[in-house]
Amino acid sequence: MATLAAVIASTHHPFYYRASTAPPEERPPFADAWVAKILAFRETLTRARPDVLVMVGSDHFHQLWLDNMPQFLVGKAPFYDANFYNEEREFGLPKMTLRGSEELSTHILRGGLDEGFDLAFSNELRIDHSITCPIITLRPEADLPIVPVYTNIFAPPMPQPWRFVELGKALRRLVESWPSELRVAVIGTGHLSLELGGPRQFGPHGPDPEFDRKAVEWIAGGDIERALAEVSLESLWNPGNATHGFMDFMLMMGVAGEGAKADHVDTLDLFHTMEAYFTWYPEGAPA
Amino acid sequence: MSKYLLNKFLFTVDRDPELVERYREDPVGTVAWWESSMANSILNCHSGESSTWLAFEPGEREALSSHDYIRLFELGAHPFLTLTLFIALFERDYAEPLAFQKEYGARLARFSLPYPDIST
Repeated sequence: MATLAAVIASTHHPFYYRASTAPPEERPPFADAWVAKILAFRETLTRARPDVLVMVGSDHFHQLWLDNMPQFLVGKAPFYDANFYNEEREFGLPKMTLRGSEELSTHILRGGLDEGFDLAFSNELRIDHSITCPIITLRPEADLPIVPVYTNIFAPPMPQPWRFVELGKALRRLVESWPSELRVAVIGTGHLSLELGGPRQFGPHGPDPEFDRKAVEWIAGGDIERALAEVSLESLWNPGNATHGFMDFMLMMGVAGEGAKADHVDTLDLFHTMEAYFTWYPEGAPA
Repeated sequence: MSKYLLNKFLFTVDRDPELVERYREDPVGTVAWWESSMANSILNCHSGESSTWLAFEPGEREALSSHDYIRLFELGAHPFLTLTLFIALFERDYAEPLAFQKEYGARLARFSLPYPDIST
């Protein structure tokens, strides 16, 4: 069976690409510290020697729209083009093309359906910065085949937080039951407290530093029970109007498992939002 | 309330560079043209198929026609769609990075929790 080589949860900040590639005179003052943290984070994936990446993210009204909105969707395609005109416009993100692992997509779709998740699928999916940001930060060679998994953290009505956790647990079972000798990393990105298009946006810190502190503690300690006790669809509006992206972190806590302490934990208090990076090695830390 | 249609306008304009410029230069004309010719297009469907019932309410039409993002927030338009499009429209007019975004937030300061419902 396949090996779950690493579980990685991260924020996806679309400003990183530009901040890290700008010429020195245009680099923002926080760029060097940010790059240093990303390089250390990248090493945690490199050490796991993955062959395939399951990438959990969320479409930001790019391909998925309110006339036909899936709650959970798995891509099944040989290739995924990436990044959209408005991401190039606002963030300077490059166009990319990633290979897909159709074999693992097929396995996850069949197994997920049989476990009770009515997963939508797409045979032609253009992926956005929720998946390309972690490719840029963690695997800039963009050389590994992926399976994109999209969740709806964006358009009410959304699934309950516990459902994200359960899907994460199911994804782990499905990866570990994939008849393959390959090493799989599951990488998911979301948000801590975040406000977009509201009065608390683009402040000196994230909109709710206290939520961020607690959230990092829950994730780092694998404290699913506590997170589920303190978080609801209703409560997530309070730390910031885009904070439902935290449910993708909860999904990744489900992949890592109850009580699983992260092997790598790092944060960066940027203006506007707190960056957070976590890596778990289910098989033990690689040598 | 036709929050869905407000969002559909923001979504379709934001994804089209020519429409972004047209909406910046002529909001009244662009909104009128869009409502009469685009509002009932089913986006993820064969071209030629369309709906029959979608129209803005007067306050919605007015908010879009006057680039009034504060009113759009109040009406429950999806804040991500509004922000993304309005950055494309107006960020260029500000010298400092993020100055438009910060002003945008400050102009919404009178809103407290719970914010207007964005459910569609």
